[in-house]
Amino acid sequence: MLIELKNVSHIYDDDLKGTEALKDINLRISDQEFIGLVGHTGSGKSTLVQMLNGLIKPSSGSVIIDGVNITGEKTSLLGIRRKIGLVFQYPEHQLFEETVYGDVAFGPRNLGLSEEEVELRVKEALELVGLDYEEFKDRSPFNLSGGQQRKVAIAGVLAMKPEVLILDEPSAGLDPQGRQQLISLLEYLYNNKGMTIILVSHRMEEIARLSNRVIVMSEGEIVFDDSPARVFSEVEKIRELGLDLPEITEILWRLNGKGLRVRTDIFSLAEAVEEISRELRGSSKC
Amino acid sequence: MLRNITIGQYMARDSIIHNMDPRIKIVITIMMITALFFIDSFSGYGLFFLSVLVIISLSRIPLLRIIKGLRPVLFLVMLTLILHVFFTRGGEVIWQWGFISIEAEGLYTGFFMVTRIVLLIIFTSLLTLTTSPLELTDGIEYLLSPLKRVGVPASELAMMMTIALRFIPTLLEEADKIMKAQMARGADFESGNIVKRARNLIPLLVPLFISAFRRADDLALAMESRCYHGGEGRTRLYELKVKGTDFAALGVALLLCMVFIYF
Repeated sequence: MLIELKNVSHIYDDDLKGTEALKDINLRISDQEFIGLVGHTGSGKSTLVQMLNGLIKPSSGSVIIDGVNITGEKTSLLGIRRKIGLVFQYPEHQLFEETVYGDVAFGPRNLGLSEEEVELRVKEALELVGLDYEEFKDRSPFNLSGGQQRKVAIAGVLAMKPEVLILDEPSAGLDPQGRQQLISLLEYLYNNKGMTIILVSHRMEEIARLSNRVIVMSEGEIVFDDSPARVFSEVEKIRELGLDLPEITEILWRLNGKGLRVRTDIFSLAEAVEEISRELRGSSKC
Repeated sequence: MLRNITIGQYMARDSIIHNMDPRIKIVITIMMITALFFIDSFSGYGLFFLSVLVIISLSRIPLLRIIKGLRPVLFLVMLTLILHVFFTRGGEVIWQWGFISIEAEGLYTGFFMVTRIVLLIIFTSLLTLTTSPLELTDGIEYLLSPLKRVGVPASELAMMMTIALRFIPTLLEEADKIMKAQMARGADFESGNIVKRARNLIPLLVPLFISAFRRADDLALAMESRCYHGGEGRTRLYELKVKGTDFAALGVALLLCMVFIYF
């Protein structure tokens, strides 16, 4: 599935100053991409993300999904929302049903699926997020822990079987274990389910580790759109934009500054350890 | 969607009107509005409008903003006009088609009523445009405080009002967010008959109530941990003080009211 944004600009109606939340954005997202979307608060990330499934219509320009211009008047947004799943920030705040089953089934039911199909999907979605179907289906979502609630909420989106999954700060407020589980889930969905994933996050470690394309936004514009290695090599600019570097990159850069000639395009801990020890061994021999 | 609903419409400016004592502003507003109902001629309205214009220019609120504020009552205004124009009888017949007729009296009363409504709205919105909700509740608390003796919990009421006002934008934002989240899951808030629509609101209302209760809980905890215990003996960061301009304004308003009532 191909998502295309052409000259998209957006101004919110209630914005009296008329600041553009998005300025002339051009973007192509193809199948099998794992995109990390970063930018500080107010850079236009959320607006962009909501535009991708028709929750916000651009003031000008067009959003084309699978060849269909969804900015037109008469497009079926339900079809778009089935294909593109959006997990909002703190998705557990959207839970409303009496049972976990009911809540996860909300999306599939809205798609008009048969009850057998709904059940199958709920089962699958709950297993995906690591909640036992039999144990959780009849429990009230409001008696679960925060981490479990979030899993239920994410399952609610997964049950719609989207081809593209967009997550807005999915790990905010989770404990380290919950964060780890979430990362594994995203890796699984990307590698085994062939989903295209767009991850909005402030945690650069997550972005660097997971994504194969990083889009940096600032004041409604795309500043960088490249591989993580290239984007995070723009150390000065990244800092200027008020963003962090991934911890590992930060350390490697500092070591580089101290005269240790290590590569800086490494984002996994194991590789970084290897690289540093290789370099240290090399230099101690001299 | 829900974004364009504004309730607190306060516009921060540094002007004589903004800096006036909220109590005086409330009193003047009540006086002027009462006087508005005594006006019985268009020349009286002219004078009232003139004083409104003076206040607007002093307050540095753009005229456009005030006109925009009239939009929500446009329906009421049009309805009043239409009802009067077509149904009030008397005077010369200006236009007739079958049993429908427009008569002079109707036209006159129609425009008279519309002018009254518009002036009423403009004047009250001037109060809310130039007075922050916080000042407003402060003012109301003071004005109600004589009633404390007869058991009216003035400061508690003011506190509740402040909190309610404070949370309106927060809850609207929350509602907007939940609505979008449910729409992303295929929820439909815009079609179907009334029963269906009401049912469709459940996925919005349940999370909204839960979040309101959670916020209330958090707020109560935060207030208690800062030793809040009602209005008794509570001092203020900013004491309200009546200044020279306030007295002057009050004097002018009194004079105007007298003019409106007796002429």
